[in-house]
Amino acid sequence: MSELTTSVAPPYPPLSEKLRFYGLWVAAALILLILPKVFGSGGALTTFSLIGISIIFSLSYNILLGQTGMLSFGHAVYYGLGGFLVIHSINLIGANKLPIPLPFVPLIGGLTGLFFAALLGWVSTKRSGTAFAMISLGVAELIASSALILRTFFGGEAGISANRTKLFRFFAWNFGPQIQIYYLIAAWTLLAVIAMYALTRTPLGRMCNAVRDNPERVRFVGYNPHVIRYLAFCFAGFFAGIAGALAAINFEIANAAYLGALQSGAVLYSTYIGGVGYFIGPIVGAIFVTLLSLNLSDMTSVWQLYFGLIFIAVVTFAPGGITGLLMMHRPLIKGGSLGRVLPYYAIAFVPTLAMIVGLVLAIETIVHYSLNPSGDPNIRAFGIGFNASSPIVWLIALVLIIAGFFIARRTWSWLAHVWDEALTTARDKGYHT
Amino acid sequence: MTAPAIELKDVSKSFGNISVIRDLNLTVAQGERHALIGPNGAGKSTTFNLITGYIAPTSGTVKLRGQEISGLPPYQINRRGLSRSFQVTNVFANMSVWENLRCAVLWTAGYRYAFWKNIDNLPEVRDRTAEILSEIGLTARRDVPAGLLTYAEQRALEIGITVAGGADVILLDEPTAGMSHAETDLAVALIRRLTERRTLVIVEHDMSVVFGLADRISVLVYGHVIATGMPDEIRSDPRVKEAYLGQEAA
Amino acid sequence: MLELIIISTLNGILFGMLLFLMASGLTLIFSMLGVLNFAHASFYMLGAFFGFQISRWLGFWPALFIAPLLAGALGAAVERFGLRRVHRNGHVAELLFTFGLAFVIEEIVQIIWGKSPVDFRIPSSLDFPAFQIFSTNYPAYKMFMLLASITIFVGLLLVLTKSRVGLIVQAALTHPHMVGHLGHNVERIFMLVFGVGTALAAIAGVIAGPALVTQSNMAALLGPILFVVVVVGGLGSLPGAFVASLLIGLIQTFAVSINGSLAEAFGPLSPAYAHTWLADIWDVTVAQIAPIIPYLLLVLILVFRPMGLLGTRET
Repeated sequence: MSELTTSVAPPYPPLSEKLRFYGLWVAAALILLILPKVFGSGGALTTFSLIGISIIFSLSYNILLGQTGMLSFGHAVYYGLGGFLVIHSINLIGANKLPIPLPFVPLIGGLTGLFFAALLGWVSTKRSGTAFAMISLGVAELIASSALILRTFFGGEAGISANRTKLFRFFAWNFGPQIQIYYLIAAWTLLAVIAMYALTRTPLGRMCNAVRDNPERVRFVGYNPHVIRYLAFCFAGFFAGIAGALAAINFEIANAAYLGALQSGAVLYSTYIGGVGYFIGPIVGAIFVTLLSLNLSDMTSVWQLYFGLIFIAVVTFAPGGITGLLMMHRPLIKGGSLGRVLPYYAIAFVPTLAMIVGLVLAIETIVHYSLNPSGDPNIRAFGIGFNASSPIVWLIALVLIIAGFFIARRTWSWLAHVWDEALTTARDKGYHT
Repeated sequence: MTAPAIELKDVSKSFGNISVIRDLNLTVAQGERHALIGPNGAGKSTTFNLITGYIAPTSGTVKLRGQEISGLPPYQINRRGLSRSFQVTNVFANMSVWENLRCAVLWTAGYRYAFWKNIDNLPEVRDRTAEILSEIGLTARRDVPAGLLTYAEQRALEIGITVAGGADVILLDEPTAGMSHAETDLAVALIRRLTERRTLVIVEHDMSVVFGLADRISVLVYGHVIATGMPDEIRSDPRVKEAYLGQEAA
Repeated sequence: MLELIIISTLNGILFGMLLFLMASGLTLIFSMLGVLNFAHASFYMLGAFFGFQISRWLGFWPALFIAPLLAGALGAAVERFGLRRVHRNGHVAELLFTFGLAFVIEEIVQIIWGKSPVDFRIPSSLDFPAFQIFSTNYPAYKMFMLLASITIFVGLLLVLTKSRVGLIVQAALTHPHMVGHLGHNVERIFMLVFGVGTALAAIAGVIAGPALVTQSNMAALLGPILFVVVVVGGLGSLPGAFVASLLIGLIQTFAVSINGSLAEAFGPLSPAYAHTWLADIWDVTVAQIAPIIPYLLLVLILVFRPMGLLGTRET
């Protein structure tokens, strides 16, 4: 390595930074180990298991969307096929008493996902952008519809089930209890996250980003964008297959819904809300959306409507997702100008919250009248009870919405103004990201 | 006698009924600095697109170092040692300057589609990227996302990406467009340095750049080369004066 | 046999024309605004439900005119207040906005009208057999559907090629920036095109509602097929959308009426294969796989002609 390089290139991370980096992974592993000791209930364990599966699935999706710029509406195909093949494998292994314990089975799911992604990927990635999105939708519909025709393999509407405890024990574990499943999922989640992170630090990973930013230029530095997209597609399929396998193991069943449009939409949702621009985004999104979907259904009967509205709001106002929003403030933190902005956030928060409360009141009232017009007008939503037939409530909702909207608009423009100043301050000090 | 670096023979290109390039003949010797000038709409960018594989000729042949490349996709032409810059800056906006240059280095460094190596641990890639970075003078802006650079800095990065892969035939499409005098001088010095012992084809409107840099000049009017030769010949050619440089006393 | 062919052809053309009513609006919106309106089938659904509700209050014929206007106005509002804001966030965000919109519209329709089909009836003035083909009565309502679609299509063609607005729209289809520089209010044209495009989809919904099932999953069922139509025809090509609509309309209608299967053609499989996947493929009838034939067509087109039948634009 020449003298020039030493003076010009980004320095190798010092030992302290390396230690901090590896320390993070060790800490993550430790947290995963002791999490069940802190939250030991059956419900918590199931939630953690679902979150783990969602993390792997969302990260695999982000290989396509965030890293290579490919918007797919059919990623659940590889998730589902991984799940189905694993169910069949478990049945096969159990019936033939093959010496393959359960912890190795998710790899079968991964290889299935890889196989089908390799098979369908070349044709799927011929086009990019909007065409690719529609193609992914069409191919997914093809596979999902075929699932209902090929009943022996896919089990029709009921699906196929398996008994995961029938396999060879793994150090005295038969993987019946949820706690053992949690550890299985946690281990695979950690492995998958490490692997997918490592992928971003490779030449292929970087060229994926280049294809996302400027496929035209990629051609003129010697790369074939089609090949890059195809390889990204294959990796995404592999990890999606692992996620599907873990889901199949967790629920001991696989059915056509695993492959369907709703499942593809769900992973798109988690990934996008978490934020596609950062590696950690889908992890945040998976945790947030899983918790939200488990809890929101208890608080209101039309939680799916709220989900949709939240999605539209994120797409419109925060296209970088949760992590995008947070990372946006990094230059301000480094440049020391964050404090200037915080009071304006507080000011803008009030009318925005008022507007949202008004909207929720209105929605719940309308829902009540649509679904159950003659029923008891005293309804509960989000833990708060109110009388849906009272004109006072309607008036309050209207005022909150209208006044909230106009005041919020004003306060947000103040915030934007102060934010620009704060950002300029940070940039002048040399902090751009 | 070595084959010319670039040779276009009787190349024509039409889009539907519109004939953009007609019977174009152009030869660029190896190691030569060749300028392509002409009025707006003459087809200079189209010629570049034909040479670099962005579009295929309707008829005629394009040869690179004696080998036919007409109809090949751009990445294959690039792998044979031809690289181009763009009129409208075409960088990887979300990646830093360092990462932009590094992407341009990867293929020729032999790393292709490798997903088993850590990109931060490749010494030759680091060396080459550092070299180009200091050549184009953007060392101070190394970690800035390319989208946040000033216009002149982006143009410098554009040139850097073009030469980073080590191609020996370089095509630059209006590299000094929109630059001030001072910036232009810097850019010309940079181009001269970076294209030592390489073949350069440059499209330019700034005549001082053209006459200061070029060994030979070709004049393109309505998709056809009307004159080609040394700068002095071109400067005094009456056809060229009439078509492009402005009429002197008839 | 001939009777079956004639009826299937009529039904196929009918289905194709309905598809084209929707695909034309979708293509216009895509060509002009650069965004593929994922919620397009949702406006078809809104047209059907608005038509149903209004026909309950005012009768079918007023509904035929009011419902599309309502849906179109909604579409224009979506463009003006939603899409235009999202535009600065990039193409992916625009597509995702329409994706979220499709989802929300379906939820709202479910809340208001429920999950079961609603009783959208053919108006009594059209509820009679129009003519007989051999031994089957062909319903007058279907003839009405066919005539209405053709009329709208011809009207659209005339507006696009003969009127001033139409010429501006044509220009903006390929060179939106240029049209702006010429002094036309491009933003208003965008809003107009989005409104008209969604209104077209809504008309298809009002017309098709009584004949097909009007239910809250209409959009989800028809949406993917619509996108296959535009990709197969070539993204951004109106003639391509026309050809692809008719093609898919005819193929699917014919397929549904064919009860043939490999089993019928080659005889039953040996009992040893009775419960394998081979048996599934062997016994399935063409009619059963009719819903997935458009997707097979999509894959074929991608392999042999990725730009679509008449495609001109890369995305």
